Amino acid sequence: MKHLVLCLVLLVGSIAHAVEPDEVLDDPTLERRAVDISRNLRCVVCQSQSINDSNAPLAKDMRVIVRERIVAGDGDAEIYAFLVNRYGDYVLLKPPVQPNTAVLWAAPALLLAAAGLGAWFFLIRMKKADDAAGADSTSDNPTPGL
Amino acid sequence: MSRLFLYLPLVIFALLALWFAVGLRHDPSRIPSVLIDQPLPEFSLPAIEGHDNPFSSADIIGEVALVNVFASWCIPCAIEHPQLIKIAAEEDIVIAGLNWKERPGDGAAWLRRLGDPYDYIGDDADGRVAIDFGVTGAPETFVVDREGRIRYKQVGPITEQIWTADIKPVVDRLRAEAMQ
Repeated sequence: MKHLVLCLVLLVGSIAHAVEPDEVLDDPTLERRAVDISRNLRCVVCQSQSINDSNAPLAKDMRVIVRERIVAGDGDAEIYAFLVNRYGDYVLLKPPVQPNTAVLWAAPALLLAAAGLGAWFFLIRMKKADDAAGADSTSDNPTPGL
Repeated sequence: MSRLFLYLPLVIFALLALWFAVGLRHDPSRIPSVLIDQPLPEFSLPAIEGHDNPFSSADIIGEVALVNVFASWCIPCAIEHPQLIKIAAEEDIVIAGLNWKERPGDGAAWLRRLGDPYDYIGDDADGRVAIDFGVTGAPETFVVDREGRIRYKQVGPITEQIWTADIKPVVDRLRAEAMQ
């Protein structure tokens, strides 16, 4: 039981949160939205963290701005646009689908298609080799059918 | 034909190696600014303690100006500072300072100690104007043309070499542009 509690405590502790108590909005629905948006915004100082997870002072400033805009009644898209206008698409942790990211977004599908095509050709050749070996039954092939 | 296929992995490896070799030369901390050729954000900041030269965006319209983001807590800013003093003394250029996220009085004390190259200094205590500039750290310096558009962004300290090789040519070009 003790171990279970300890495990749970450690598990909860590992979820990084940099949001400070004075930033949190009173309305839990709005706060929820603020956290969701903050998770998608890159901390431009630490670069690999979202502003929700970063302790950098600049990330805090950006979290406060996100909350201010929410309270002022801005939609999610407007809030993202506000930061993109200042920091570029770079500030979004998930790159938007647009012409200059087309290759990035298409790459997994293209690679899968290329691999599938390769596998298909390989299997056809295997089958041909197999058929040839099967037809040539007079030979003393030690491993027929392979 | 199938003999050629044997070399395919080698070719792919060579291409990847080339790709990464180029990629390694990129500085990942260098974030391209979207504000290049965009108008300066509009703001009006109070002066810092003991100074009477507040900084608002309208102040530098009509001049080729440097907008320098600095703070006393920023170590590279102290490294950059002598170069700014030198530019202020030798060049006929407006230098405006954005004192970023500073406790009251700290910026003024820092300038008393290191010298003051600024024509205008704005106290951006809550860092809002810095965010409008897309600032990611200090020091950062923006070259602003006479129409008030941001034309160049320097991330990190201006050294003598960076000034002569990168920034001064931009300033000279903007000056010539405006003369026509």
